[in-house]
Amino acid sequence: MDFSWLSDPFYLGYLWEGFVNTLWLLLVSAVGGLLLAVLVALARLRGPRPLAWLVWAFTTVMRGTPLLVQLFFFYYGVGHLMEGVPGIQETFMWPLLRDPFCFAALTFILSVGAYSGEVIRGAMQSVPRGELEAGRAFGLSGFQVLTRLWLPRAIQLCLPTLTGEMILLLKSIPLVSTIALMDLLQAANIIRDETFLVYEPLLLIAGIYIATTVVLTLVLRFVELNFPGMQPTQRRWLPIR
Amino acid sequence: MTSMTPEGLIDWAGPILSGALTTVQIAVLAYAIGLLLGLLGAGAKLSPWAPLRGLATAYSTLIRAVPELLLILLLYYAGAQALDALLAYLGMTGAVQITGFATAVGVLAFVQGAYMTEVFRGAILAIPSGQLEAADAFGFSRWARFHRIVLPGMLPNALPGMSNLWLILIKDTALISVIGFNELFFTIQQAAASSRAYFLFYAAAGVIYLLMTLSSTALFARLERYVRRGQPTEA
Repeated sequence: MDFSWLSDPFYLGYLWEGFVNTLWLLLVSAVGGLLLAVLVALARLRGPRPLAWLVWAFTTVMRGTPLLVQLFFFYYGVGHLMEGVPGIQETFMWPLLRDPFCFAALTFILSVGAYSGEVIRGAMQSVPRGELEAGRAFGLSGFQVLTRLWLPRAIQLCLPTLTGEMILLLKSIPLVSTIALMDLLQAANIIRDETFLVYEPLLLIAGIYIATTVVLTLVLRFVELNFPGMQPTQRRWLPIR
Repeated sequence: MTSMTPEGLIDWAGPILSGALTTVQIAVLAYAIGLLLGLLGAGAKLSPWAPLRGLATAYSTLIRAVPELLLILLLYYAGAQALDALLAYLGMTGAVQITGFATAVGVLAFVQGAYMTEVFRGAILAIPSGQLEAADAFGFSRWARFHRIVLPGMLPNALPGMSNLWLILIKDTALISVIGFNELFFTIQQAAASSRAYFLFYAAAGVIYLLMTLSSTALFARLERYVRRGQPTEA
């Protein structure tokens, strides 16, 4: 095992950039994905029939195909189509539309929206009807019932599953190295190519991932324990997917 | 603009179908080995002997804490090196294709086994202890108790998890393409790059994977009805 390359500030810079990008992507995809998930759940439960059907098709496709294929589809497939749109390369949006980070974030947001959307839908269905009717009886508007009763109660029910989904999201981020985005794995790949060391960079980032997973698990468990109305539960250290 | 005739789906249908076949072969083999590893892991985790328990816990915890792609890369390099060394030792060289297939299966099975361990452990713990005590009281041997009571008793509990893992495995086979082994998604990538019809071929890839996962879901639903045949139907 030769870790002498770690003293090279150049390689440390790669690793740091990769780490920061990984965390950024995690944050953007988690926030955007969970917002989309709520919309997905609402559309399936209360949307007009065609919209509910469309959203069902969306979740089925997103959950039935590999994330890697989706990433390639959006970055190379849709990206290639957009190159053909006349005039698009002159607009101020173009640098953004070529940025792998945007495509990665978009793919992850759609994926989290589909997986977590189903989780939230199930939880919303198991909130007792009487509670929502009680809210209406106390004069809350439909929107207030949603934001003050229905969603908080549903999230209480599915919080452990949602935190599990977030750990899964963290673990799918190395996929973006395939579309040339500088994440931890891409940093390791560069170091591997330049130092001809196969195992050391990969083992190092495996260690970083384990540490990040542990920290994220602890943070999410703190959230879980402090979520209003949560019963303290005996949870496993790492979630099964 | 180039006046080259564009290659379409038809030109690539053959290679894509054979790639899909390879993917199914990898997935089925890896699943079978993963099931075995999962049973062994669950047995070890529930064993009264502490070192065995520790070993199984380390296996399932570490594997599940590291991203699959990273594991596949690490284990692929390590596994390919080990297998090459073994083949060279046995005097067989040039069997690169076999090595690629075997390492792909081995790596996916090793990862799958860690997740399967947790599924089986939970399912075995959910068997009412009275049933196991009854088996002991009737003088069942350990093996008879395992395959007459434990196995059929845990299957209904384990099947939803097993079906999930199978779907995850099918989707994880696409990761093998990163290593450059010629399975479905690798073939698709070659087709897309050569024809420059990226949208078409990646959409086609999505459809093929979707067909695989949807048909598996239907199959598992039937299987679940079958293993639950002796159980009272839930209201």
